[in-house]
Amino acid sequence: MKYELVGGFETHVELSTKTKIFCSCTTKFGGEPNTHCCPVCIGLPGTLPKLNRQVVRYAIMAGLATNCEIAEVAKMDRKNYCYPDLPKAYQISEYDKPLCEHGYIELSNGRKIRILRIHIEEDAGKLVHAHGDTYVDYNRGGVPLIEIVTEPDFRSPDEAREYVEKLQQIMRAIGVSDCRMQEGSMRCDVNISVRPEGSDKLGTRTEIKNMNSINNIVKAMEYEYERQIDVIESGSKVIQETLRYDDATNTTSSMRGKEDANDYRYFRDPDLVTILTSREEVEEIRKTLPELPEAKKKRYIEDFDIPEKDASLLTKYRKVSEYFDEAIEGLKNPKTVSNFIIGSIFRRVETEKDKEAFDVSVSPKHLKELVKLIEDKKIQNNLAKKTLEKMLDTGKPCTEFIDESDLGGVDDSALEQMCKNAIEGNPNAVADYKGGKEKALMSLLGNVMKQSRGKADAQAVRAKLIEMIK
Amino acid sequence: MSEIKKIHDMLASKQISCKELTEKYLSAIESDNAELNAYVNVTPDEALKQAEKVDRRIADGEEIGLLEGVPMTLKDNLSTKDIETTCCSKILTGYKPIYNATVWEKLQSEGAVMLGKTNMDEFAMGSSCETSYFGGATNPFNTKYCAGGSSGGVASAVGANIAPYGLGSDTGGSIRQPASFCGIVGLKPTYGAVSRYGLIAYASSLDQIGPITKTVEDASIVFDAISDYDPKDSTCQGRKGAKTFDTVNNDIKGMKIGIAREYLEGVRDDVKEAVLNAVKIYESLGAEVVYFDMPALKFALPVYYIIACAEASSNLGRYDGIRYGYKAEHYNGTHDMMCRTRSEGFGAEVKRRILLGTYVLSAGYYDAYYKKAQNLRGTIVKAFDEAFTKCDFILAPTVPMTAFEMGHAVSDPIETYLTDICTVPVNIAGLPAVSVPCGFNANGMPIGMQLIGNKFSEATILNAANAYEKAAPEKFKETKWGVKL
Repeated sequence: MKYELVGGFETHVELSTKTKIFCSCTTKFGGEPNTHCCPVCIGLPGTLPKLNRQVVRYAIMAGLATNCEIAEVAKMDRKNYCYPDLPKAYQISEYDKPLCEHGYIELSNGRKIRILRIHIEEDAGKLVHAHGDTYVDYNRGGVPLIEIVTEPDFRSPDEAREYVEKLQQIMRAIGVSDCRMQEGSMRCDVNISVRPEGSDKLGTRTEIKNMNSINNIVKAMEYEYERQIDVIESGSKVIQETLRYDDATNTTSSMRGKEDANDYRYFRDPDLVTILTSREEVEEIRKTLPELPEAKKKRYIEDFDIPEKDASLLTKYRKVSEYFDEAIEGLKNPKTVSNFIIGSIFRRVETEKDKEAFDVSVSPKHLKELVKLIEDKKIQNNLAKKTLEKMLDTGKPCTEFIDESDLGGVDDSALEQMCKNAIEGNPNAVADYKGGKEKALMSLLGNVMKQSRGKADAQAVRAKLIEMIK
Repeated sequence: MSEIKKIHDMLASKQISCKELTEKYLSAIESDNAELNAYVNVTPDEALKQAEKVDRRIADGEEIGLLEGVPMTLKDNLSTKDIETTCCSKILTGYKPIYNATVWEKLQSEGAVMLGKTNMDEFAMGSSCETSYFGGATNPFNTKYCAGGSSGGVASAVGANIAPYGLGSDTGGSIRQPASFCGIVGLKPTYGAVSRYGLIAYASSLDQIGPITKTVEDASIVFDAISDYDPKDSTCQGRKGAKTFDTVNNDIKGMKIGIAREYLEGVRDDVKEAVLNAVKIYESLGAEVVYFDMPALKFALPVYYIIACAEASSNLGRYDGIRYGYKAEHYNGTHDMMCRTRSEGFGAEVKRRILLGTYVLSAGYYDAYYKKAQNLRGTIVKAFDEAFTKCDFILAPTVPMTAFEMGHAVSDPIETYLTDICTVPVNIAGLPAVSVPCGFNANGMPIGMQLIGNKFSEATILNAANAYEKAAPEKFKETKWGVKL
């Protein structure tokens, strides 16, 4: 029998507000243990939370960017459970009135992944095991999170990969999170079940946690898909449980018992007032949203004739597309800029993290100056490429490497003289060309380009050579 | 006559120095507290240091504020920086907050001299002060009787003149009931009139801090000082309108007093009689009386105990031995440590309410208890809204009886819960109410009545309460204890 995979995502994204969700402590990652804390975020008796309105704003931005409806009335609830990293023994979250609902993200295959809800909540601290003891570090406690919950709309690990990448791109583009899975500022839990192909019933699901990269998510889903099929094929039943993914062995193992065993005793947090958001505020926020990666990509392809693959790369990283947008300002042919970024510049910016940061020695302004020279036919592409390498090495503008004599191209009489030199000095090549060997023309062209030190327009040289040989 | 004003005048006119005054109170505490058990932590060093500061200002010829240099006390659930704050629970023994409650910040900025922290039912759960880890406070009128609860320590101290005034907290009657038992004045402000920041929570949607004083004018002065908007408490709006003291001595002619018949049902005869006598006094002062029914009040007790316990079960989850307070000595792993700490650290009444609260919030029971209670809370709020279209304030007994004998309340917790019947509706609806003495029973124990106002109408109820006090000063009796000024 063939089985279909059914997956859903619960993604926690840390918001990059300057201060925590209920106090004014910094949200900075790291720091000496328990130094980013105050009486409120360590839950000292008598303290009260005060909602940081910027968190609401960021969550609304995330909601709008994923096509959600924004609730005019929302509230915060307490999720009660006991763990040393949770100093109040409850997490302040949103239970039945989330801020955003009913959104979607569209995949390249045209399928829409429905977003059930996005709600805001506080992060917990973390346990540190050292010197044979366990310590608690509350620096992360109270850092604002949004939890993005999808419907069980995933049918393959590839869809999951695309969804997570898209989510990262969107959140980075609107500036609400850096979404770094390694640092934990984006954490995905995946619900997964299988069912016979063609069935519309949902099978028993398991929840996989502890995947700290997109590759691990894909591998874990692939593994779990096969595992569940094996369980069913062997006549057993899949048990609803929470699984931990181990990337060293590429397996999943049981983390704790039935999810249903938890009773969080949710109730409205009496310390916080109702969250009201007016339609006007939502529209005002909508106006401030930057162009989203998907729309940008479409525009690059349609308006600039940039190949889809390149457009995807340009829009995958917020800083890259910002760089690109700045460099093409006033240019006739943005595609040249795109080629330089994806060709020459990306070769020096290898890791994902570096591409995200996109800290390049050549400024967009300097790249624009270089491309402008090509557009004005003052230098040739090859020379420009070589010059760009020198610029990347040194961080200096192109004028440092191109002297006056390089500029202005080659005038017609000089060009004619050079072609004449080439034809006279290479009778064999001329004869070959006349004999039908198209390639022979290339060596003549190379000769002329060499004479002009790369300044001549290859197209013009080619035409001139053909005309003169005839 | 205001006790606070009297002390202020003595200080300002240099009849007594603040240091001498403070020493008088400290020595009275030393001699009387053994029997009263009102204070659980006396802070003479801090008190005298502050007194000397005030004396220097007086010596420099500076004008002092009304509360400046006046001694006072705080219930032990109000956070005081570097001073042990235990909620009278074993689980918080040794806990010294690293920050101040907003009300204490405000009184400190007024120059108040704190004598120490006072006794209370553990985590404010109780009606006799006897669930305190340190044993109950006794009644200044007769120490065989309890001071009431949960703010029993403050009431005992003020009633016994070992503190001119104090701050308590009222979740279901914890300011008004002990004030009533001890023959003094207790104001439970409107929910949101006073910041809760730093008040160690029992039930967050019901808790409110307020003054316990000798006279109505004192309650007005202290309320004016502590009621303010606080950015640290989202539910706090502060006092609305002018200072209540501006109008506390106004004429009350034409004021409409509401009597809801339900408040007089099941009330002991001597209490009922005292309240009805007060009605006569009001009529003689030119007030009108309207009678009506409030059937929704019969839901008040179950609604209160469900909501209060539910919130408490969540609020008290944080006492796990990890960060502060008591920690079990012997344990096997983190989970066991938390269990043992809580088993050993909490008293029986607190455990009972945590269990009740956990139960009513549990999946499968939530709708039947907590959700229903929330709905009925709305019904009670509406009933009061309607009542206040007919009157300016509601007059009712504070408690259906007078002070219990020591040991009685803890022996029968359910019967004790029932005695909260008159006080809890005010907390459920978030209203202000002030309890004032209105007579004595055959054994000489005080009887109290409460004036319940609409939201943010503290000025009205304090004005009316003060008019009664001036018309019936004989209901405000001194006890044998403490400082005689």
